[in-house]
Amino acid sequence: MVVVEEPEPTGWTPPGHAARTEDRPWPGHRHFGRGPRRWGGWHQGEPLRRAREDRLVGGVAAGLAARIGRDVTTVRIIFVVAAVLSVGFFAAAYVVAWMLIPMQGAQRNIAGKALTDRRGLALAAGYGSLVIILRILVSVFRVGWLGSFFWPLAIAGAGLILIWRNADKDEQAMVQNLVQPVAGLTAKSRRAGFIIRLTVAVILLVSGITALQSAHENIALLRPLAGVALLISAVVVLLGPWWLRIARDLVVERQARVRAEERADIAARVHDSVLQTLALIQRRADQPQQVKALARAQERELRSWLFDGRPPGSIDQAAITLAGGIRLIQQEVEAQHGVAVEAVTVGDCPLDDDLTALLAAAREATVNAVKWSGASVVSLFAEVEPGEVSVFVRDRGQGFDPAAVPSDRKGLAESVRARMARRGGLASVRSAPGEGTEVSLTMPRAATTRSQA
Amino acid sequence: MSGQPRPRVFIVDDHGLFRSGVRSELGDDVEVVGEAEDVAPAIDRIAETLPDVVLLDVHLPGGGGQAVVTAMKQSHPQVRFLALSASDAPEDVIAVIRAGARGYVTKTISGTELVDAVRRVAAGDAVFSPRLAGFVLDAFAAAPPGQQLPSLDPELDQLTTREREVLRLIARGYTYKEIARELFISIKTVETHVSSVLRKLQLSTRHQLARWATERRLA
Repeated sequence: MVVVEEPEPTGWTPPGHAARTEDRPWPGHRHFGRGPRRWGGWHQGEPLRRAREDRLVGGVAAGLAARIGRDVTTVRIIFVVAAVLSVGFFAAAYVVAWMLIPMQGAQRNIAGKALTDRRGLALAAGYGSLVIILRILVSVFRVGWLGSFFWPLAIAGAGLILIWRNADKDEQAMVQNLVQPVAGLTAKSRRAGFIIRLTVAVILLVSGITALQSAHENIALLRPLAGVALLISAVVVLLGPWWLRIARDLVVERQARVRAEERADIAARVHDSVLQTLALIQRRADQPQQVKALARAQERELRSWLFDGRPPGSIDQAAITLAGGIRLIQQEVEAQHGVAVEAVTVGDCPLDDDLTALLAAAREATVNAVKWSGASVVSLFAEVEPGEVSVFVRDRGQGFDPAAVPSDRKGLAESVRARMARRGGLASVRSAPGEGTEVSLTMPRAATTRSQA
Repeated sequence: MSGQPRPRVFIVDDHGLFRSGVRSELGDDVEVVGEAEDVAPAIDRIAETLPDVVLLDVHLPGGGGQAVVTAMKQSHPQVRFLALSASDAPEDVIAVIRAGARGYVTKTISGTELVDAVRRVAAGDAVFSPRLAGFVLDAFAAAPPGQQLPSLDPELDQLTTREREVLRLIARGYTYKEIARELFISIKTVETHVSSVLRKLQLSTRHQLARWATERRLA
């Protein structure tokens, strides 16, 4: 756990880094050369801030370098040397500084936030107690020089836990990257975790057996061993449940997050299908035939979602080609909304992800036209050309003023435009009040479908 | 519109319900001079009444719509045909057009649009539904290299860029008026382009068209 030390700049430093340090517009530079005020200025001038741009770990060295006007590399080397000389205590101090000094541009420091994070505090305390117990065990085995590592290890580790839980998103990612090789035990890659566990187990086993064998000569040596065993069991009995509870809390927390995401996803899907249908049924309450058709279609869709796992509003294997997909849109929209869709396709090609996205956008645009235009027929035209596929959705309904639509309106803006843009396609809307609406969608064809066509 | 002469229309369809529906939709804008529900009576009655436009169902029991067109072309070439169909099959539509019909619309067409289409055909213009425009674009699409057949008449076997543009807009659901505005041309020019496409459709020996035609035994 010596990772908290500033690593050597080599390998981490982006190319051209040194040059950037020179011409960086960092306010601290101005204080350079004020001599006596160099240290006195701590509380008067601009406060010390951790650097956002130049940081390698927490940005403390870069921030300090900028504040006192020294070269950042020099400060880093001093930090590393100090960490080694102080047997890790300086590294622990670094972590504490990381928590106490706010990030450049931020109002609060991490420590302030960490004080309200009860679960994080418990986790840090649990970790600290574990390290301290290990230290006691080590001191029992008389490996004194190793023991001095444990205090910094406990402080730095606990600090990193709090930083990890309370820092900004980008800092969290940084801590995760730092800890990954060490925390292989909990890492996602199972093989790496297994190898680390195996190594630790073998070391423990070998040292245990060695200790036992060497104890044979003098039976008195077994006594501290028995004492150690007793101590361990005492600690496990005392603190074990607590550690377990902390671990369980973390799992529960993660599960809650996953559940929340799932709920949001389901809500979006239900909005797209069931709620839309219910709204339509209310509007068509005087037409029992259509209400029945709507209910049947919705039932079919819901069943296929619940039991076959096919999400509503998705266009998938049912339509293998583009023309098939357009036909499917026509059938579905006509069945659900009772408005005629005049579908015309020119050419055809197999579907890939891009073209499936194009079809999804076309479907959304068609449903939109059917619902809002008031037209009795909607034209849907798709043309497959060598380089691209275009779809046009046109109605001769009431139309609207595109400039007057608020930019946060979800339907057309988000679903159609964003869907197309994500895949490198284009979407444009042409409409005027009283003149109907036309949505044009263009998707460049990937090389794969082009060659198959 | 009331100043225009009322076109005389004859309806051929084997569904009585549909005939009366079309009759009421056309209303007073046209003069319906007769109805028939099969090929043979249709040929006789059309020769008797000599209408301006025959609304012709593509699917008829006694030989299909194109049998009526073919028979009338010999004796009364001045009678014009507008094909109506509920089907999507391109070969049906292409066959009846190649037999001599001046246009094709689907049965879902609205009353006012149908009256408009009848007027156009009566005036000697062509009427393409979006679906027919799609078929034609498909049929005249550039054949993949290697499958290109030697063309007897390149002028007939290819569409001009402008004709393609017009067809594309028809397929997108534009009216002739909207196409004219979109392309900065007059409605008359749009009609000329569509008529030119119709001529190519009827006379071209393109592989696709020839295949569709022979499938309906119509060389």
